[in-house]
Amino acid sequence: MTFETLTTNALIENLDAVIAFAEDRAEQFGLDTKKKFGLLIAVEEAFVNVCHYAYPQTPGTVSVTCGSEGEAFVVEIADHGEPFDVLSLPDPDITADIIDREIGGLGVFFIRKLTNDVSYRREEGRNILRMVLHKALPG
Amino acid sequence: MDIQTQKEANATVLTLSGRMDAVTAPEFEGVIKQLIADNITSFVVDFQGLDYISSAGLRALLATAKLLKGKGGQLRFANITGTVKEVFDISGFGSIFQMHDSVAAALAEIS
Repeated sequence: MTFETLTTNALIENLDAVIAFAEDRAEQFGLDTKKKFGLLIAVEEAFVNVCHYAYPQTPGTVSVTCGSEGEAFVVEIADHGEPFDVLSLPDPDITADIIDREIGGLGVFFIRKLTNDVSYRREEGRNILRMVLHKALPG
Repeated sequence: MDIQTQKEANATVLTLSGRMDAVTAPEFEGVIKQLIADNITSFVVDFQGLDYISSAGLRALLATAKLLKGKGGQLRFANITGTVKEVFDISGFGSIFQMHDSVAAALAEIS
């Protein structure tokens, strides 16, 4: 499957379009329902992070690229913001007293849990988060 | 996401359907904040028709729980199943909230 890219303004209101694009590509690839559900959460979390943090001053765009490499479905989410590796955030501390605290890092935690592999790179002035899901269910 | 509100004898039941994501979670918070402003503090949230939840949804539920705790209110969840339950379990939120197998069971625990 060839790689296709959707570029949109980094605004939460564009979430539906981003999810619809990723879902369509995942279905073309043949990702099973359960993995597709995890993929869509991971894509939402990555997209929302860009919307919230990549462009504190001026509006910017986000590109979502989906395709396959062999038996793996690959999604890359790219922005032109300041260099920032979202994977550097620690996992959230979720215990009963969370109700009394602020919670941070939950989105990134989901990205880690729901993909088979995730990595960050800085390339040509862009932050690129690469997420990989294997076609086969993890054993 | 669609939110239906039903007043029962001892609590207000919010029935959710569709997707609870970064776009729709604020709608849920808006609805429940308005009810709390009207002095309603006992809630059961029915997840039967909800087929998607992300961290934005969990944050909205957490913010609601925090708000109600401050007011001595009650918040119980019913019918969390399937993929939505998996999200609760992965996050650890499954052990934080009071969850029930049915709306009736949740209502029975409201004091």
